[in-house]
Amino acid sequence: MSEAKRFRPAMAWLHTWAGLVVGWVLFAVFVTGTASYYKDDISRWMRPELRETVIDPAQSATAAAGFLAKQAPDSGGWLVMLPKPDQPLTEVYWWKSFAGPFHHALLDPVTGTPTGARDTQAGEFLYRFHFELALPPLVGRWIVGACAMVLLIALISGIVTHRRIFADFFTFRPDRSRQRAWLDAHNLFGVLALPFHLMITYTGLMTLGPMLMPWGLQAAYKDEAPHFYVEAGLMPKGRMPAGTAAEGLPLGEIVRIAGKDGGELPEALMVSSPGDAAATVSAVFEEPHGLAHLHPQIAYDAVTGAELARNLPAGPATRTATVMYGLHEAHFAPHALRVLFFLCGLLGAATVASGLVLWTVARAPKGAAPEGFGLRLVRILNVGTIAGLPAGIAAFFLANRLLPLDLAGRASWEVGLFFGAWVGVALAGALAPRRLAWPLTLGLAAATFVAIVPADLALIGEPRFVPFDIAMLLVGALLIVAARTAARPPSALARRAATRVAEA
Amino acid sequence: MASDSPPLDASRDPPTRSGSEWRGRLAVAGRVALAAFGGYTVAALVTALGAVTLPLSRAEAVSTAMLASFAVMAGAVVFVFAAATLRRAAFGILGTAAILAACLWLAGGFSAGVPA
Repeated sequence: MSEAKRFRPAMAWLHTWAGLVVGWVLFAVFVTGTASYYKDDISRWMRPELRETVIDPAQSATAAAGFLAKQAPDSGGWLVMLPKPDQPLTEVYWWKSFAGPFHHALLDPVTGTPTGARDTQAGEFLYRFHFELALPPLVGRWIVGACAMVLLIALISGIVTHRRIFADFFTFRPDRSRQRAWLDAHNLFGVLALPFHLMITYTGLMTLGPMLMPWGLQAAYKDEAPHFYVEAGLMPKGRMPAGTAAEGLPLGEIVRIAGKDGGELPEALMVSSPGDAAATVSAVFEEPHGLAHLHPQIAYDAVTGAELARNLPAGPATRTATVMYGLHEAHFAPHALRVLFFLCGLLGAATVASGLVLWTVARAPKGAAPEGFGLRLVRILNVGTIAGLPAGIAAFFLANRLLPLDLAGRASWEVGLFFGAWVGVALAGALAPRRLAWPLTLGLAAATFVAIVPADLALIGEPRFVPFDIAMLLVGALLIVAARTAARPPSALARRAATRVAEA
Repeated sequence: MASDSPPLDASRDPPTRSGSEWRGRLAVAGRVALAAFGGYTVAALVTALGAVTLPLSRAEAVSTAMLASFAVMAGAVVFVFAAATLRRAAFGILGTAAILAACLWLAGGFSAGVPA
């Protein structure tokens, strides 16, 4: 066979199998990543005790430093993320060395004591699941990184396979055959948001770039890797601790100085060697507001408050990389654009899901013939993932409302119910007869989403949460439609097609 | 999907159609391994070589090389699966890797100290 004639079948084969082996992980990554566009809104809903208030970030910083000095007097570093009016929480991390472990607490912005809001991981859980799959961080990130690489290859081979992109875009043949319908749907979802899919995959790889592909940094800097971040303009130059103790300024004082120097209040403070005579406080700013995620910093002497260093200007390549982070996280996106990103993310999940279903439909035995082991396995995993994960997310939200507030390890219970519901629905799908598996599991997921609304109205019932509840109803409705469609006997399709032919 | 190539169906063979079934499977496994490890090696070498040779500041060269790295890996993987035989794919990948490694060695990328 000639080069050109062999190329497309080879790419079609690659697309089919590359897509299959990572499809289940990618579906979960797309769904939780898409939900993470609304991470802050999810967190607000999951901590209903917190209300939008006037906050004084300087006071919060000083109070947080008091907590940290008492909690971990010998830490090597602190990170204090300052509260915002709509997120009245001071988030603190502390560690002995950069090798970890990293400790974490959420503090009341006024008192600096652990927050009284209910114990929950909130939106942070879905966000971290998106790139760590609730596994140990390095393991999870390598798995997601490898799957993203395979997705990039599946996208490229998919584009090659599907050469008539424009003509096929306007082709949808739901009545021709089940396989044609799924193929057309897969093409439609994939092509409609193709620029988004390519962008989100490549920028996602870039966010994990220093871990996945450290060899450039390694070759150019050897054991001086931290110098890269200084030279690239990502961090101000640091300094070694003096080894003698000294009382630092109240952190709030640094917030005030940084606010004056930087033109706006910093969003976080990074404290190196707190309590040391050469301790440094780096004020991290959101500025410049826009695509790039540069996060300029100003480093201050923690004892005198004198400015020590600022970021060097970043070059074009480093800026490009930070724009990629920015595009991936979409923090820059105002409401309408965020909705568009969200819909594109859903199309990504739909592309993966329809591709997985297409794999089984294309191989389905004719009539009542038994399905083989491979086909059965893929079908069970498809049902378990595509219906199970949404059910898990719904259970996570529902548990947030229903679990007693004083339950020990409450946040872990919520996560446990997320996985419990996921596994439960997946098992139901595996044990149900083939014809009932989809309607049953999609129906269970839909019911759990719908159940969130009465639970919220009965236990909290505040107008500010109505948009979230409406979103839950919409997801539930979408799943009900899916369950009803899946419950339609296959003969109905054929009958409709036959009527069409007769009319013509 | 073009009419001359059927939609994704179960009967489609992997790119190599010769040999018995298990030989075909072994060839597919070989291509997967070559794509994953060979593709990653080529991308890693291109990234390292770019970082030490690009006529930019050290930091910019590192960033530029990393920006390109995943595209390089994707290209290498597509090459592995598009090649007529596993042997040709292996020659292509290993040969490229050897040339890149030699260039990187000449550029001082393997020496212990930081290149000037």
